[in-house]
This record gives sequence, structure tokens and C-alpha cells, in this order.
Amino acid sequence: MRAYDDEEFDEGPGIPSVRFENVGVRYGMGPEVLRDLTFSIEPNSFQFLTGPSGAGKTTLLRLILLSVKPTRGLISLFGEDVSRISKDDLTDLRRRMGVVFQDFRLLDHLTTYENVALPLRVQGKEESSYRAEVVELLRWVGLGDRMHMLPPVLSGGEKQRAAIARALIVRPDLLLADEPTGNVDPSLARRLLRLFIELNRLGTSVVIATHDFSLMDQLNVRRLVLGDGRLHIDE
Amino acid sequence: MNAPQPYLRKASPPPKGKGGDKRALPASLSRNAPLVPVDSAGGQALAAVIAILTFLAALCAGGAELVAASSAQWRSEIAREVTIQIRPNPQRAIDEDVARAVALASRTPGVEQAHAFTKEESERLLEPWLGSGLDFKDLPVPRLIVIKLKEDTRPDFGPLRQSLGKEVPGATLDDHALWVSRLSAMANTIIGTGIFLVALVLIAAGLAVIFATRGAMAGNKEVVEVLHFVGANDDFIAREFQRRFFKLGLRGSAVGAAAALALTVVLGLVTRSWRASPAGDQIEALFGAFNMSLTGYLIVILIALLVALITGIVSRLTVRRFLNGNG
Repeated sequence: MRAYDDEEFDEGPGIPSVRFENVGVRYGMGPEVLRDLTFSIEPNSFQFLTGPSGAGKTTLLRLILLSVKPTRGLISLFGEDVSRISKDDLTDLRRRMGVVFQDFRLLDHLTTYENVALPLRVQGKEESSYRAEVVELLRWVGLGDRMHMLPPVLSGGEKQRAAIARALIVRPDLLLADEPTGNVDPSLARRLLRLFIELNRLGTSVVIATHDFSLMDQLNVRRLVLGDGRLHIDE
Repeated sequence: MNAPQPYLRKASPPPKGKGGDKRALPASLSRNAPLVPVDSAGGQALAAVIAILTFLAALCAGGAELVAASSAQWRSEIAREVTIQIRPNPQRAIDEDVARAVALASRTPGVEQAHAFTKEESERLLEPWLGSGLDFKDLPVPRLIVIKLKEDTRPDFGPLRQSLGKEVPGATLDDHALWVSRLSAMANTIIGTGIFLVALVLIAAGLAVIFATRGAMAGNKEVVEVLHFVGANDDFIAREFQRRFFKLGLRGSAVGAAAALALTVVLGLVTRSWRASPAGDQIEALFGAFNMSLTGYLIVILIALLVALITGIVSRLTVRRFLNGNG
């Protein structure tokens, strides 16, 4: 059971969205930057991933995204062992995940609207089927009048909101957000947090990597704490 | 996840003011912008290279087609004409021999007309070499009979050759087979060289596209990574690159082909103005009237399309290879 604010929330039983067993990562011949990671992210769960800067939060998110390969251990996503996953299966898994990068990763030659609609466009969907939904989400994150602008003219906070909207638009099974409130004011941060909570209520597992304690203190949820390359789970 | 539903029905209402207003949506909000931006300086340089290569390929192909058409014309003209040459023999009456040869030739199936040059006409043929105003009375000038053949026929001259041997000693039949074979060999060499050059240019275009695509992939590494993260598969990304490069290739090849066609038209006009001069006659003898046929125009257009297709397909294969090699 997890509680946010005063509300109680049920975690549905089932296959974990993410499961790590004794996972370790090293770059080249260097020491392991992450070691002996063993944890699960249950479906419909909400957790913070925290730790000091350089603790490996982003690397852990990239492990889940399968853009970094573990040097040892076992990772399974949505019940599927990913050690020998085919490229097609990898695409299917990524379509079930939404990701908010710390550096936003918006495509500078596409408008805000086109960036947010990108996950739907790459799935081959017709624009008419998602136009209203994208606009609604853009308005909700306060970018209704910025939808035709290119990212280079957006502020840091606007870029961040666009990146969040892009991650949410497909209503993913698993949302990974790397410092999603790092560039916004506290009131917008609260609103974005409510957006993540609402998404979680609708069935998405949420992992928010942050070292913002004021953000984490707003919710009484599980914390995955990285330090010295190891993971400590604060239930 | 299930099909997308309207957002955040239970969430707090949208903030008022900035960005929160409801307006009627236009039919499309997307500019259908390409996902991979290859219209950079590198892309423009590739379009220029493709334009130049298409220009060269179109000139090679157009030239080969011009020679092919002219050689076909020469061959059909020469092949429709056969000559009998009768050398003078002091012991025989040459006019009777000419009349006999004409009669024999006229009886041969496939012959349309046999025309004997008179003595004066035969002498006149020598004027370009010996000059005019000479007295040819004492020269043993051979007499010529020009035989025109019916169209699309290739008569068997064996019996005529035998009859001439028996009845008109000193008569030789020349069906120009040697000439035709030499002309054919020359024309085929030019055509073969043209095709070889077109193939080389197409290969060069393909190689240029490979380098440009790899450059574009390296330059758009972040874009490709984001596309992967938002759920695009390799085939989708390769298709996007193919679409962009095909358009780029089509633009370049259209410019190159148009320049080649324009040059052909200009050369045609120039040679027409030279027609009366010896140089113009010489060029016309080799290339005909320098008017490209419809086939020539079609070949140039086909080459432009082929170059654009090669550009698209090669870029797609290069992207697939690049992505497979880079995980």
C-alpha cells in the first residue's frame, strides 16, 4: 500500500514492471558504478529514485530504458528477460515506457506540438486521432499558446513541461522521469507532481529521479536511495 | 497500456489564463516536418553532387542514344543500297554490259529500282578528287549501277553475283556489308562506353549517398536516440531517412537532368546554325541532326528517377546497416 497526501492507493498484484537481480554496471575497465542492484518496481506503483549527484540515478534509468547494458545480473521488464531481447521486442517494450530526460531531449526542428505528438507519430497513428488529446495535454501543462513554437525559443521550464507531456501522451505503463521538476517553480512543480499522481492512478508505474527533498516530502511513497553504487530501499 | 483516453479527468482543472484557454482546433497542427533534418549544408552539398552526376550521366546516355539512333539511320540507308561496278574492258561494249547488268539486277527479287549512272554521271563522281574541266575520255572510268532495295527486305545476292560473273565479266557487286559491320562496331563501342559511364556515375552517386547518410546519422545521433526512446523502430527511422534523401536526390537529379536537356537543346540550335559550314556537316554526319528523340528524353528522365531511387534506397540500407552496427 502506498499513500500520497491523505489518500490511500492500492498497488495491483501482478508481474513487476521492472525487476533487477544483482545487476552491476561498469564503464570500460573502471570500477562498478552500480553494483548488486536487486529491486522490483511493481505495476501501478509510485516511487522516488534519489541520491546525491553522481550517484548513478541517470545510469539506473538508462538501464531500465535498455540504453545501457548491465555488465552482470539480470533485468526483466514487464516479465520479459531482456538479456537477449530482439530489436522488435525492444521497440515494443519502449512503447510501454515514457521517459523525461534531465536535458529534455526535445527535437529542435519540431514544434512543441510535434514534439509532444512524436511518440504517437512514430507508432504510425493518424494526426486526426490524437490532435485533440495532444492539445489538451499541452494546455494542461500550460503550453497551449506555445504549441507552434520551436524548442530553442522556449524557456527551461517550458521545455521541461513539453518533455513531460511527450512522456505522458502515450499513457505509458511505466514512466521514468529524471529530475522532472528541476527547472520549474514550486507551484508548477506541485502541479506536475499531481499530473504524475493522476497518471499513476490511471495505472502507470512512476519512477521519479530527484534529489529535491521538498518534492519528495510532499508524498509518502517508496524511495529508492542510491549511494556508493548501491541501492537502499526506504519503504 | 490501453488506448489513450482523455487526459486527467480526475485531475485538477486546467489553470486559467496563459495556455489554458479553449479554442477550436484547426484541421491539422502538424507541419509534417521531417523527423530527420537532412536539409543542412551537407544535404545541399549532396543535392549539388547528385545534380552534377545526373547531368553527366544524362549527357552520356543522351550522347549514346544519339549515336545509336544515327547509326541505325546510317545502317538502314546503306543497307538499302547495293552497287554494281563495271570496269571498262576494251574487248567489250560497256554500255551493253551495263544494260545487261541492270536487267539482271531488276530481275532479282527484293530490288525496287536499278539505276545506271551514265558515263557523264560517273565522270562527275571523280570531280571532287581530280577537279573539274578535265577530259576523262582516255581514262578507263568504271560505270556504276545503284540498286535500291525494297524496304525491310534483305535479298539473297548469291544468284545475282553468279549471273554477273557469267554474263558481265569485270562487274563486281558491293552490298556494303563491310561498311555496315564497321559502322555497327563503332556505334556499338560508343553506346557501350556510354552505358559504362552511366553505370560508373550511378555507382558514384550511390557512394556519395552512403557517405552523406553516414554523416547525417552521426550528425543526428541524438535525434535517432530520441526516436528510439519514443518507440520508433529501426525500419521507421530508415524510412524517414529514405524519404528525406529521396526528395533530396529527386531535387538534385531533376536539376541535373534539366541542365542536360537544356544543353542538348542549345547544342541542337548551335549545330543548326552551323549546318551550312563544313564543321557543321561533319558533326551532323556523326551525330545526325543533333535532335534528341523522344526515347532520348525518356532515357534522361529515367536516369533522373533512377538516381533519386538509388539515393533513397541506398540511404535506407545505410541507415539499417548503421543501426544494426550500433545496437
